[in-house]
Amino acid sequence: MLNLGLEGMMLVGAVTGFLAMNATGSVVPGVFAALAAGAALSAVHGFFSISVKADQVISGLGIVIVGTGLSAILGRSVIGTPPKDTFENVSVPLLGSIPGIGNVFFHQSALVYAGYLIVPVVWWTLRGTRLGLHLRACGENPAAADAMGVPVDLYRYGAVLFGGALAGLAGASLSLAEAPGWTEGMTAGRGWIALALVIFATWDPLRVLLGAYFFGVLDVLAFRAQLIGVHVPSTVLGMIPYGATILVLVLITALGARKRLGAPDALGLPYLREVR
Amino acid sequence: MRTLALRGRPVAVQVAAIGVGLVLSALLATIVHVSPTRALSTLFQGSFGTDFALTQTILRGIPLALTGLAVALPLRMNLWNIGGEGQFHAGAIGATWVALTFGGWSSGALLPAMVLGAVAAGGIWALVAAVPRAIWGVNEIITTLLLNYIAILAVAYLVTGPWRSAQRFPQTELFAPGAVLPRLGSSLVHVGVFFPLAAAAVLAFVLQRSKWGFEVRLIGANPEAARLAGISTARNVVVVMLAAGALAGVAGMVEVSVTFGRLQNGISPGYGYMAIVIAALARANLAGTLIIAVLFGGFVIGGYALQTLGIPAAFVLLMQGTILFSALAGARLAGYRLGSWLPTRLRARWLAKEEPSTL
Repeated sequence: MLNLGLEGMMLVGAVTGFLAMNATGSVVPGVFAALAAGAALSAVHGFFSISVKADQVISGLGIVIVGTGLSAILGRSVIGTPPKDTFENVSVPLLGSIPGIGNVFFHQSALVYAGYLIVPVVWWTLRGTRLGLHLRACGENPAAADAMGVPVDLYRYGAVLFGGALAGLAGASLSLAEAPGWTEGMTAGRGWIALALVIFATWDPLRVLLGAYFFGVLDVLAFRAQLIGVHVPSTVLGMIPYGATILVLVLITALGARKRLGAPDALGLPYLREVR
Repeated sequence: MRTLALRGRPVAVQVAAIGVGLVLSALLATIVHVSPTRALSTLFQGSFGTDFALTQTILRGIPLALTGLAVALPLRMNLWNIGGEGQFHAGAIGATWVALTFGGWSSGALLPAMVLGAVAAGGIWALVAAVPRAIWGVNEIITTLLLNYIAILAVAYLVTGPWRSAQRFPQTELFAPGAVLPRLGSSLVHVGVFFPLAAAAVLAFVLQRSKWGFEVRLIGANPEAARLAGISTARNVVVVMLAAGALAGVAGMVEVSVTFGRLQNGISPGYGYMAIVIAALARANLAGTLIIAVLFGGFVIGGYALQTLGIPAAFVLLMQGTILFSALAGARLAGYRLGSWLPTRLRARWLAKEEPSTL
């Protein structure tokens, strides 16, 4: 399943997360609202890609358009509103006091710890469980999975909804923790950078985490460079994450050219039982 | 082929889908407490209802048609050019450079030079994605999209930095009169209206009659057959994307030349992204792209009218999305996929698994 709609799901997650937090005064409902909103939007993508068997590229791009529009409409009333609650950085006992890395990795918001947890769990689920095996079969060879009695469409729906919920959470991590507040288009292409990450991480969740840190570093460098007064305009610094993503994507694809680079065989293809 | 038997029907389905999409989006207007009929009538009154509105709609249709063609052409060979927005901005930069550097020239020399500047800049911007795609199969969807952000930031850099006007606003100086496309008679419509028409006519002719056009169509219909026939996919990817970038670049030239008369931030309300919806709805048909581009020009202009009812500007995006999904559903109901070129590609990929995946 190809999900190009990440950017749209992140935006809707960011705005609903912020709205729910502002309505209740707590980040917890915000997180759940973001998860639900991301999943809801991904359900639309799932319906069109899986049940309608429409082109996944068009459906995904449609989700980005709808998500951008929807988030802008929903967020009209809260632009510039100060958040009532944000995620605070919490130190993990013991680990947080490790010299050097302790403060970097273990003095973070709860969402960062959730990330630490989700990545290995997803990795292990995909590699080490029957569920993961079935899921990968639905991506590699849905006809074979179907013949084995794996409900292909159900698995695909599950994967799309799970991914959508995570994308919503990613949006909320921006609007509730990283840069609390809502501005239109605040994800600024991160959903697309995430897609590039998956390609150069060759579909491996652990490598995705590494890649995500690499881009986190780039983001921070561009930001810090301004603070210490490097004489490069902010517009030029702002190009760095996008340029670096393109560069790394080209390099990795070139190095692994003509290999499939871990991409599922049936990526982007609807499963049509009748053409099996 | 099945798609041939359905010739003509897809058009009807597409028109119906756009109608259904419009009605559904009008129903969405109830969310912001506007009655659907009022929303629809305001939209049409504000886009096609008066001479002034119609003129504005046609003017908005020009960049949409050019960027639409920039998506439709690569789509003919299964390439997704998501970078129309970036190529548009690159073209605007190229044209502006010419206008600022050779401002003293007469319009007869300056305007063609600006078009050339836009063609070169837009084309080069497309090549940044096209060359890696051609050589290594680097996914063009992601690279063209990310290049959009860079091009928009480049415009922001130029108008706040080296090209900033003497008044210190984030924009360039107004262009010399020779850099402005002439209007037709006393109307607001300018010569740029012929650009998409000429481009579509030339493209249609070349695609149907030339060897190159045959190669592009064959790659689109059956990449495996094209490979066996000794047709270089790589070379055609580069040529097609170069042409696409040039088209979107000219759209940028038109906007800086006459709509704004200078380069500044926010010269596009997302033409390059609307272009994707337009080309998809037109199923990469060139004439269809032109027609739907005018319709979408109406949405942009009608969207302003909707704002007077208290409907937010972003509502136009929801409308586009709703129409697109209606078209996807309509295509399914009618028994074909949105884009007749898609089943063949899917079939070809099924049969020829060795084709390198691009994502």
